[in-house]
Amino acid sequence: MSVLETLQRTALYDVHVALGARIVPFAGFEMPVQYPAGITAEHHAVRKSCGLFDVSHMGEFLVTGPGAIDFVNYVTTNDVAKLAVGQAHYSTFCNERGTIEDDCLVYRFEDHLMLVVNASNIAKDWAHIESRMLTFDCTMENVSARTALLALQGPLAPSVLARHTSVNLDAIAYYHFTVGTVAGVEHVTISRTGYTGEDGFELYFADAHAPAVWAALMSGGDVSPAGLGARDTLRLEMGMALYGNDIDDTVTPYEANLAWLVKLTAKERFVGRDALVAQKMAGVPRKLVGFTLPVRNVPRHGMRVFVDGEQSGEVCSGTVGPSVALPIGTCFLPTDIAKPGTHFHVEIRGTLVPATVAALPFWPSGSAKK
Amino acid sequence: MSQIPANLQYTKDHEYVAGAADADIVTIGITDFAQGELGDIVYLDLPKVGSTFAEHAVFGTIEAVKAVSELFSPLAGEVVEVNARLDGEPALVNSDPFGDGWMIRMKVADTNARAALMTADAYKALLGE
Repeated sequence: MSVLETLQRTALYDVHVALGARIVPFAGFEMPVQYPAGITAEHHAVRKSCGLFDVSHMGEFLVTGPGAIDFVNYVTTNDVAKLAVGQAHYSTFCNERGTIEDDCLVYRFEDHLMLVVNASNIAKDWAHIESRMLTFDCTMENVSARTALLALQGPLAPSVLARHTSVNLDAIAYYHFTVGTVAGVEHVTISRTGYTGEDGFELYFADAHAPAVWAALMSGGDVSPAGLGARDTLRLEMGMALYGNDIDDTVTPYEANLAWLVKLTAKERFVGRDALVAQKMAGVPRKLVGFTLPVRNVPRHGMRVFVDGEQSGEVCSGTVGPSVALPIGTCFLPTDIAKPGTHFHVEIRGTLVPATVAALPFWPSGSAKK
Repeated sequence: MSQIPANLQYTKDHEYVAGAADADIVTIGITDFAQGELGDIVYLDLPKVGSTFAEHAVFGTIEAVKAVSELFSPLAGEVVEVNARLDGEPALVNSDPFGDGWMIRMKVADTNARAALMTADAYKALLGE
């Protein structure tokens, strides 16, 4: 069997092909990396008006039962007990070493929780979480394959979505959600979240309806289809971590500037707590930073980083930020120098290029209503 | 399907060579297929006039949003002109690869070497189009 035959497709695969998308293998799926307009145009459309992403490859696990909150609190680092019904938060799953198995969103519904995980980690996360269910009184269901996820992102997203729903979108605050009808499709989870820094919504619903919802949202002619390429430049300009580039199971939340996701005081027990307490006491040896390079030098994942002439890790993420109009990237630096203004070098094809640590986000002007 | 002008010659690395078969000076760039594969081009690192390259030597790099690629000289020769517009308008390579998006003009060391380049039909076959 060839690799291609094992790749999955979202319910919108044919729609992407018809739009002329470039399809690439990503996390086990054939996904649109860009449409004919190109990454830069799609990026600017999201910053200035509105873009629509198919991110149905993402995984969704539903946790149900009297012990659901205690269980998710045990396997994630953020404090699920703090979530109101209709609220979501960003979190991480750590292992006993305190390093990140995945980052995720946790949604609190009336009678269950939904965990949204990275597509590339669905199987790994399932095994990691399920093996720690122990005596918690709850059950978990993997609904990834039948759940569509569309991200409508950009300052015009609320007005676009309002044409297709009677739900009062103004009442949905950042990182809150409701369930309602969109484009005639019932039981859509309408979440004011995203991975772009712009205002917008993520819509979760039964995947059979994906072509109809996509067509409705695109019908006004003012929404650009946007691919994974633009999703990457948008998130990197916001300094948002990408699993596999910026974070993985060798990185703790403290090292990745995600200390705000670790609730040591509120939670006496959760997977990874002991290791995280130990690192906090001993001191965090390195931190993820954002940096810029002089124009015409593009940092890429894996390029070597040098501090005072010594190699000090590799570039995690890198691109040219279309909005900031500069080469931008992320890497780990020793904690004592991991602050804006620090100078170091990135090796690009044999040349040491001067890099400067920048404050994150690179693009502070996003329309997301925090 | 990408454009493959019939009157040009091609390499398997997706460069094209334009110019009459016996011309001393040829124009070199990348094909429509190549620019499509690279996506939005953000800058090019091109050689200086007077630089000389062996056949298949790296004469520059091309940076797109998602990827970087090296440029291989289809022929041996000396660079006699560089497309200065690409410095400020790298996207010309995306919008007009065979026209305003040309990269360098080269004085070829041996015009007979042109015979080894691919025809449009051969390049079309390479792309499976």
